[in-house]
Amino acid sequence: MSDFLSELGAFLADPDAWLGGAGLLVRTRDHVLLSLFAIGVAALIALPPAVWLGHRRRGGVVVGALVNVGRAIPSFGILALMLPISLALGLGIGFWPTFVALVALAMPPIFTNTYTGVVEVDPAVTEAARGMGMTGRQLVRRTELPLAMPVIWTALRVSAVQVVATATLGAVVGWGGLGRYVIDGFAQGNDVYVFIGGVSVALLAIATDLAFSFGERFVLPKGTHHRDRGELTSSAAV
Amino acid sequence: MTAGSADAMIRLVDVTKTYPGSERPAVGGLSLEVGRGEFVTLVGPSGCGKTTILKMINRIIEPTSGEIWVGGVEATEQPAHELRRSIGYVIQQIGLFPHRTIGQNIATVPELLGWDKQRMRARVEEMAELVGLDRSYLDRYPSELSGGQQQRVGVARALAADPPVLLMDEPFGAVDPIVRSRLQTEFLALQAELKKTVVFVTHDIDEAIRMGDRVALLNIGGVLEQFDTPDRILSHPANDFVAGFLGDDRGIKRLSLIRLDSLELPQGPVVDVSDDPAVANRAMDENEWDWVAVLDGKRLLGWVWRHELEGVERVGDAEPHPFRVTVDCRASLREALDAIVNTRNNVGVVLSGDEYRGMLTVDFLTRELH
Amino acid sequence: MIFAQTQPFIRWDWIVDHLDEIWERTVEHSVLTGFAVVIGLVVSTALSMIALRFRRTYGPITWTAGILYTIPSIALFAFLVPFTGLSLLTAEIGLVSYTLLILIRNIVAGIDGVPAAVIESARGMGYTDRRLFWRVQVPLALPVIVAGVRIAAVTVVGLVTVTSLIGQGGYGAFILRGLRRTFATEILVGTVMSVVFAVLIDLVLLWLQRRLAPWQRRQARAS
Repeated sequence: MSDFLSELGAFLADPDAWLGGAGLLVRTRDHVLLSLFAIGVAALIALPPAVWLGHRRRGGVVVGALVNVGRAIPSFGILALMLPISLALGLGIGFWPTFVALVALAMPPIFTNTYTGVVEVDPAVTEAARGMGMTGRQLVRRTELPLAMPVIWTALRVSAVQVVATATLGAVVGWGGLGRYVIDGFAQGNDVYVFIGGVSVALLAIATDLAFSFGERFVLPKGTHHRDRGELTSSAAV
Repeated sequence: MTAGSADAMIRLVDVTKTYPGSERPAVGGLSLEVGRGEFVTLVGPSGCGKTTILKMINRIIEPTSGEIWVGGVEATEQPAHELRRSIGYVIQQIGLFPHRTIGQNIATVPELLGWDKQRMRARVEEMAELVGLDRSYLDRYPSELSGGQQQRVGVARALAADPPVLLMDEPFGAVDPIVRSRLQTEFLALQAELKKTVVFVTHDIDEAIRMGDRVALLNIGGVLEQFDTPDRILSHPANDFVAGFLGDDRGIKRLSLIRLDSLELPQGPVVDVSDDPAVANRAMDENEWDWVAVLDGKRLLGWVWRHELEGVERVGDAEPHPFRVTVDCRASLREALDAIVNTRNNVGVVLSGDEYRGMLTVDFLTRELH
Repeated sequence: MIFAQTQPFIRWDWIVDHLDEIWERTVEHSVLTGFAVVIGLVVSTALSMIALRFRRTYGPITWTAGILYTIPSIALFAFLVPFTGLSLLTAEIGLVSYTLLILIRNIVAGIDGVPAAVIESARGMGYTDRRLFWRVQVPLALPVIVAGVRIAAVTVVGLVTVTSLIGQGGYGAFILRGLRRTFATEILVGTVMSVVFAVLIDLVLLWLQRRLAPWQRRQARAS
């Protein structure tokens, strides 16, 4: 145990461990960038159809089924599946399988929760807006979207945390990021690496959660007081 | 400690309830006695503590000071849950157990008391019949019943173990007025049969007057302003507060206390179909009216104008006009007043089924009140 | 999605050959899941009782459970490994931590969701506190609680695949091996079995949830 602690101390004291080419900072940066990219793409793909379908109140049954099935799908499995597919497509290991898996896993919860958020906007409000002569598109932009924002933002928050988590596993398919510490550590029997990997990912996940919570202030329209963190449907956890 | 007057089933002696952090007591030094078999209503504005008082009797709320005697035993002398098993309790939202069938709900207290299954089953069926609920409902769940039916189950459940005392907190408040009136009528009939000691809380003065043998009018802070029979309170309100709470139509409210079949009703100008017009004219002259009511034996046919009888041999030859508004003899003077006001001839005709009983005028009503 | 490969994507013969291993892994996966859910339920129930009795602890308790939920399971495992090794204990600590938030939330919500009128009328009829808890509050809360167990169980099934990285078994073993050999069939078996298993558990618990609340299925008709 004391060996472990002293090795840990040595690691943390070593500036190269932090600033080197394969150091903490670089890996954290890579991890954050890929996660942001993946969530951005997932949101870009999933949000518009979710908002539109929610507005039109179509496809509820599908959404319901997706919720339950989505939760049952293991991220690890999807990530692993991407490797042979990526290789077959000639895209290699590392970045592509990880990226595609992240996007694929982030889309369903963003989609289902956005849909629910739009559907659950107070019908009295939408009816009043329609009565005042708003077109469908105006209704979406001015009424449904702003009012569904708390739910949508929470969905993004939850998804972001999961993307950060799954990105950690990217190391298993040859990617870098903070997961590298964990996977290399397991392979080499290096407890310090494993520990550092675990702690930094944990901190990053918490930081992501906090960042989104903080961001509420800027993103949520005034007056949509965010009451509770609620139970959102999520895809498989990691 | 004495139990007090022999007849008193419930005695509150200088009972006070002050909530922590409050300056004024919710109920301050109240003393009240309810006799065995008596139906007492507690009524008053919000904040008068009527519900608090009720809940102190079965210790759902514990009093800050004072004594509460139920059936000769001081309430704190036994564990609360035992006291409650001998008191029936009905609240406004009823609180039926959603996860138990109606039958199981009704059997709640008997089960607590350890009755055997057969006895419980028999009692449950008896209770269902008592409150007018079809036996087929016993195996259903509360969510399958309407509001009025659920209320009946609430009453059945409270009476199942045959408690001598019944506490009711706005039990009919959550249903619509038509159902409420029916439930009140049915409960009064039940009480006539069972003669329980009942304490009934309501915010509705009309309900309090209709239901109670005696009415306790409470002011804010549990101050007992008047505690008397409905008739005496209406005719002699103790102070301005009481008068104000009773409302401007005190006199008319008093009318609702008197049933028509308890009075000797004036007959008014009536003739039989076989009579000749002269009899009719005499009757009309006596009453100084231009019309007369026509009977066939005991059955009321309607009325005719004086001039319609000119030239006929018998009264029955003229076509009688039916009375548009009549009153049943079991109704009160108040309904009679409503009929009088609604007819052209300004009379309230009283019937028992088809049978003619009498005819009321405003004069008669006024005389009855004094 | 058939690629230009010399081999077909799915090797059915491999699956047939390894049926007994699939069964073995199923047992492993069940054990890992079962332990986690049961222990999670026990711990969550205890914490919920505390939270219900001392309301002010609800906030801190759920905040802590929330943190544990936010931390990715792989991170939690990695954090523990230097201390508890590549063991079942490490896996279970991680898995149980994940279930706490959802279970505590549902247990508290279930108990709180019992209508106040039902509690008051039960007390008024002479129910003792203990009888009230076991005969009224618990039965009425059970459907909500089981709904929480469903979500927790399904989530855990997915997480158990990750435990293969710390040397535990279950379907994750297929995924990991399949990865190492770039053998798609094996990865697919691990993934699909995990999904099937989760869906089965979900359906069984759903059935249980419905059975525990026979009164909910029937609605009032106009009298």
